[in-house]
Amino acid sequence: MNTAAIETQENYLNAGYGLKSWLLTKDHKRIAILYLITVTIFFFIGGIFASLIRIELLTPQGDLVSSETYNKLFTMHGIAMIFFFLIPSIPATLGNFFLPMMIGARDLAFPRINLLSWYLLVIGGAFALFAMLAGGVDTGWTFYTPYSTTYSNSWVIATALGIFVSGFSSILTGLNFIVTVHRMRAPGMTWFRMPLFVWANYATAVIQVLGTPVVAVTLVLVFCERVFHIGIFDPNLGGDPVLFQHMFWFYSHPAVYIMVLPAMGVISEIISVFSRKPIFGYHFVAFSSMAIAVIGFLVWGHHLFVSTQSVYAGLVFSFLSYFVAIPSAVKVFNWTATLYKGSISFATPMLYAFGFIGLFTIGGLTGLFVASLGFDVHVTDTYFVVAHFHYVMVGGTIMAFLGGLHYWWPKMTGRMYPENWAKLSAAIIFVGFNLTFFPQFILGYMGMPRRYHVYPDEFQVLHVLSTAGASILAIGYLFPMFYFMWSLRYGEVAGANPWGATGLEWKTPSPPPVHNFDEIPVVTHEAYDYSTVVGEGVEVG
Amino acid sequence: MKIPLFPESASNFAPDVDHLLYYLVAVSVFFTVLIFASIFYFAIRYRRRSDNELPKPIHASLVLEIAWSVIPFGLTMVMFAWGANIFFKESRPPKDAMQIYVVAKQWMWKLQHMEGQREINELHIPVGRPVKLTMTSEDAIHSFFVPAFRTKQDVVPGRYSTTWFTATKPGKYHLFCAEYCGTKHSGMTGWIYAMEPQDYQAWLSGGRSFGSLAENGEKLFQDLACGNCHKADGSGRCPSLVGLYGRSVQLADGRFVNADEAYLRESILQPNAKIVAGYQPLMPTFQGQVTEEGVLELIEYIKSLAPPPAGAGTTPAEINVNPGVATAAPSNR
Repeated sequence: MNTAAIETQENYLNAGYGLKSWLLTKDHKRIAILYLITVTIFFFIGGIFASLIRIELLTPQGDLVSSETYNKLFTMHGIAMIFFFLIPSIPATLGNFFLPMMIGARDLAFPRINLLSWYLLVIGGAFALFAMLAGGVDTGWTFYTPYSTTYSNSWVIATALGIFVSGFSSILTGLNFIVTVHRMRAPGMTWFRMPLFVWANYATAVIQVLGTPVVAVTLVLVFCERVFHIGIFDPNLGGDPVLFQHMFWFYSHPAVYIMVLPAMGVISEIISVFSRKPIFGYHFVAFSSMAIAVIGFLVWGHHLFVSTQSVYAGLVFSFLSYFVAIPSAVKVFNWTATLYKGSISFATPMLYAFGFIGLFTIGGLTGLFVASLGFDVHVTDTYFVVAHFHYVMVGGTIMAFLGGLHYWWPKMTGRMYPENWAKLSAAIIFVGFNLTFFPQFILGYMGMPRRYHVYPDEFQVLHVLSTAGASILAIGYLFPMFYFMWSLRYGEVAGANPWGATGLEWKTPSPPPVHNFDEIPVVTHEAYDYSTVVGEGVEVG
Repeated sequence: MKIPLFPESASNFAPDVDHLLYYLVAVSVFFTVLIFASIFYFAIRYRRRSDNELPKPIHASLVLEIAWSVIPFGLTMVMFAWGANIFFKESRPPKDAMQIYVVAKQWMWKLQHMEGQREINELHIPVGRPVKLTMTSEDAIHSFFVPAFRTKQDVVPGRYSTTWFTATKPGKYHLFCAEYCGTKHSGMTGWIYAMEPQDYQAWLSGGRSFGSLAENGEKLFQDLACGNCHKADGSGRCPSLVGLYGRSVQLADGRFVNADEAYLRESILQPNAKIVAGYQPLMPTFQGQVTEEGVLELIEYIKSLAPPPAGAGTTPAEINVNPGVATAAPSNR
């Protein structure tokens, strides 16, 4: 196939060119591209805040920005990254694009709602951006009361409104996924023939639908107290400040699984394709996603061990937290076992998958540290926790996001990315990431509190290391921006199935036609049956 | 230059937490090495040699799945029990602990010794003696964190939180606010001075004393005219406070509550929240009229109103009624 063939073949990209054809599209693939652009913008906004934070922390004194500005920087870094990048990242882009295709559907169940949910994210994002530009918000992304309701003198309401609105985007995406998976599977696509990415997004959707309304309610209560002085959280008004933490974490802990479950789904796809084997223990990996989604709702109190929560509540939450660790461990072991006697390719997506397993293993294992009561008392609210959740959310989700983006890029655009540049940037990101965040474990155990603008001298060396790592990491993140753009025009033409993958999304041309499949496929095999593709003679790019 | 990579260990809890750390690190290193080594070995050993190779599918092994669920679960239960054990110890201050009161506000720590010494952002304590902190905040949530002691406890407005530790090594240690509390959060730091007992005694007698907490509380009690109603012999319109602290009190709705610091604080600031059985809700609120420090002084004064020791020969004239009767008797109605 040559370039001209891509141009002439009708596909979702050349089906219409005007701005209107994008902004009013109901095609899940185009909406996924809109999401991709949106979350990438927020990723770089959050990244700029992160860079300023790391530069400030080069020295123990507060010499780059004022304390007030610093507090706004880490708050807005968290808000941009969590609510407007990590939560929509994989489900709304890769999930939106590929979940329908992987089950052999022509679109999501509710295409208009899908478009609406993108608009909600944009409107929510606009509120948050407005708050950032108007002067910022300084409550921390956790909005702890009574600071956020009574004492903070910043744009709390505008930001909360932005998160509130974007929450509905998340709810609607989840709803769309659940209905699509239940109702729109192709003939023969039984539940246990679904790719694990679909299982992971299904489990995620359950959390989005059940969890997100709680944070919406919580933000409304913050609004009521801040604006109307109705006493809910501030003890001076008769409220209970710790109640906020329960409500906030009831959503925000499961939200971690909204970020990481789809990532695990991506990794399952990549590991299978690039070792050309079905995922070892498919059923266990599929059910572990569901187990994580359910048990994830029962562990929120482990954020409150030193909050004056009852000692016995602490005991129960610590105990339950270990239950959620097991399904995650099961996944890691099964991925590793899948490699055994496989045919391992070192293409870029696989490097990201290896990176994911490495970083998620460290992130997950340090989760066991902080679930242990006596240990958490010492490290909670220190850099140990900062390092832990960055290993899970950046080391986990972003590695998988980039891995998935490389893996599916040929399908989305019809072009290959430049392999060597991609491998280089994967290596840079892995090294930069570890150099940024590993020193923070040590900092945390030494007692360096998080959200500190000014810090004692003895912590400086480790902070300098961390900032050096962050510079490397930033370069690693910029590379893909450029070569992905480059590949749109100059990349090698990919063909329908450059990796020899089994998913239905690879059984249609790249880029896919508007309705995904000319004929709805009939599924006759389990997922990951490579005899069906290698037998046909694999087209290798 | 020496680069410290490990915090100082200066309290009874520090070795416990460090030992737990060693166990956690050992388990983590084991699994990290196991997984990394397997990935490296498999990736190299089974690297793709030809584009057409098709490995044999291997689907699952129930034995393996059970093994790698159950064995890690067992190891995590050790983490759970170990951590819970330390946490329980941390949540139970010894009875003989020396009491310090802490009032946090944006952005400073105010610390009060029973003997009357007041400190700002500094706390002097003797080594070898348990110290119990009773803490509250005047505004946002703060958190009292001493890395060298491995202890941390949030300081929450509207309630008392407690923590305790025994310093084991004389020295000067960081005190941090660990819960984000606004603009100068990172400036809300101070020092803990752990001193040999004799040095601590010298420090206590050397400093400017503001009168003991109980004495100041008594003055405040008189200034606010609390005694007009809370007569010691129980003849007032409000219950006697003698011997109240630590006792079980029956409320008008039939419940029993323990008269601890939290109950006393609430009864001063929100008197109608819990009405003692047999009394009318007459007391005005003192919210906004008494500072957090004032409340603590009043509590210390109430705590000092000990009942006469059982079997003591003579009873002081003003406490000739068994303080239990005043509240317990009406409940027999």
